[in-house]
Amino acid sequence: MSDRTRRRKLDIKNGRVDLSHGAGGRAMAHLIGEIFHEAFDNDLLRRGNDQAAFDVVGGRMVMTTDGYVVSPLFFPGGDIGSLAVHGTINDVAMAGARPLYLSAGFIIEEGFPLADLKRIADSMGAASRDAGVPIVTGDTKVVERGKADGVFITTTGVGVVPAELVLSSEQARPGDKVLLSGFIGDHGVAVMSQRRNLAFETSIVSDSAALHELVAAMVAAAPQALRVMRDPTRGGLAATLNELAQQSAVGFRLDEDAVPIRPEVAAACELLGLDPLYVANEGKLIAIVASEAADTVLAAMRAHPLGRDAAIIGEVIADDHHFVQMTTSFGGGRIVDWLSGEQLPRIC
Amino acid sequence: MKYMDEYRDGKIARSIAAAIAAAADPARLYHFMEFCGGHTHAISRYGLEDLLPGNVRMVHGPGCPVCVLPIGRIDMAIRLAQRPEVTLCTYGDLMRVPGSHGASLLRAKAAGADIRMVYSTLDAIAIAQAEPERQVVFFAIGFETTTPPTALAVKLACARRLTNFTVFCNHVLTPPAIRGILEHPDLDGVEGPKLDGFIGPAHVSAVIGSDAFAEFARDFEKPVVVAGFEPLDVMQAILMLIRQVNDGRHAVENQYIRAVSPQGNRIAQAEVAEVFELRESFEWRGFGAVPASGLRLREAYAGFDAERRFAMPEISAADNPACECGAILRGIKRPTDCKLFGTLCTPETPMGSCMVSSEGACAAHWTYGRFRDHARRAVA
Repeated sequence: MSDRTRRRKLDIKNGRVDLSHGAGGRAMAHLIGEIFHEAFDNDLLRRGNDQAAFDVVGGRMVMTTDGYVVSPLFFPGGDIGSLAVHGTINDVAMAGARPLYLSAGFIIEEGFPLADLKRIADSMGAASRDAGVPIVTGDTKVVERGKADGVFITTTGVGVVPAELVLSSEQARPGDKVLLSGFIGDHGVAVMSQRRNLAFETSIVSDSAALHELVAAMVAAAPQALRVMRDPTRGGLAATLNELAQQSAVGFRLDEDAVPIRPEVAAACELLGLDPLYVANEGKLIAIVASEAADTVLAAMRAHPLGRDAAIIGEVIADDHHFVQMTTSFGGGRIVDWLSGEQLPRIC
Repeated sequence: MKYMDEYRDGKIARSIAAAIAAAADPARLYHFMEFCGGHTHAISRYGLEDLLPGNVRMVHGPGCPVCVLPIGRIDMAIRLAQRPEVTLCTYGDLMRVPGSHGASLLRAKAAGADIRMVYSTLDAIAIAQAEPERQVVFFAIGFETTTPPTALAVKLACARRLTNFTVFCNHVLTPPAIRGILEHPDLDGVEGPKLDGFIGPAHVSAVIGSDAFAEFARDFEKPVVVAGFEPLDVMQAILMLIRQVNDGRHAVENQYIRAVSPQGNRIAQAEVAEVFELRESFEWRGFGAVPASGLRLREAYAGFDAERRFAMPEISAADNPACECGAILRGIKRPTDCKLFGTLCTPETPMGSCMVSSEGACAAHWTYGRFRDHARRAVA
């Protein structure tokens, strides 16, 4: 290898990913070095191993993995990169855990612009630095044109949770309160607004955010009272609560007037024929909390910027049919059922 | 949300509910049919049943365009989409509708057919222009509301001399279906409840005008109140219907004056009349053949008619014999009276028309209202 070859930089402005960037040779080393290592830079990654080795502290380990295929890749308030960081951090955090490290796997379509890849990597780097959760290992594959849609990202996260703190889906009990951390539907509507065949103008931006610090504040406020936490992503609030109802063998009763929905989101959903209860969120959480501590947890949430608009939206009830029921703003009753089919494809 | 929340105000709802309770004569039953799926959806979504007195009952009519599309027409669309040269453009809610033998457009797409979801007829035109090597077919369905955009697309394709754009026309008309219900209220000799009046369509009426329903008020002596799709619209329409019944009147009244005029949208009507003509008869799923209720392209636009261009053979397919949709659409039975309801037939695996879209009587009840069945059973 001549020195000149080694120093040749990627043409990030005009270049495109080709099959050689995934072939394991020098081109791949350039791509990883100039784009990913530069964006994610940290001690563990810099060692250049095929894995990251780190010490673990006491408690239980939490691990999760998630694939990201959102279309379009860039949307108001985020992109596939920041989403891949926030989403996985949140899945770790929903166990009440402190997220420690992330891995990132990329499947890139031949012909994908290097400039876009860099933009995505930089956004991931920024999101992970802001969250204090470094990306310490990764993988890169390139597939032929037409075999993927730009880029797909898979991130895995690990974290630790104190041994005595157990949040789990089967722990909702009749009488518990349902807390929601803020406005629903922002992410789904923001992504939808950018779809090529649907583009409409809106001021709505995705709520994509890492929630682990909000979770830490809630845990600190009332560790004994937290039963379950979930982030209502795909399928929205409705899907998450229906899952919990099944897993805990309970029902829910919600108050429609208490569910925070921005007027812009309500209007966009009206136009598109969507129900905001089914629209994806990427920076919201639902907590099932013992009734007596609900106000304490709510206060802790509202004291955090990501929980400023938190609200108690309903309660857990005994119900053999595991229905999620809602008292409508109109005064009647309805079920908030499982979603049939898909409402919005490829939202995350 | 301005211009929306005003029509969903719980306080006003309670005051109309009180007026309905005061107006409804406890000595009699009132059966009103809301023809449109949009109204059915609003009734279920907002739990209006809980706000009505027990003797005011709503019968959910056949006004859901996805629901009433016969299985055979879905089969025809699937077969068309399987042709290698064809790109079938469809509104998204048709994708999951089951055809025969568990087939659907969604499954055909997964198996390789070129089927694309569009939000407007103009999207289909754009695809035809961008991909001249493809035969782009727009799967046109719906009542008078969606017919004008299809007419517009055909005229646009004609003006642009597109030779690769056609329409698979399944547009149907509202008044003949209402006439069918009034002329044949029975099914196999079993009569449904006597209907005391109709809530007339919202968006359909914006196109065809409220006068289109005058014949029902006149010939069948049924009050009709054209109403908007918001829950307060429906509540107010019910109150207006009760008052007409109590007064012994049968007029067409317009609750939806913010959108509907007596004559409707003349421009849209002219566009539709220019492009389409009546079929002698068209099948409505769950309802059978209804004379003069469907549209096809006129001879002058025959070149844009997919049925002619691809010489599509008619396919007819029967519903599950246990399906009670026909009786449910006439108010003879309730969704819960059907053996298939919630067992074999759910929104994920619809067996009959009423379960196909959230505007169908069974799907609306399953999705929003079935908790009441369990409550009723518990009381019993």
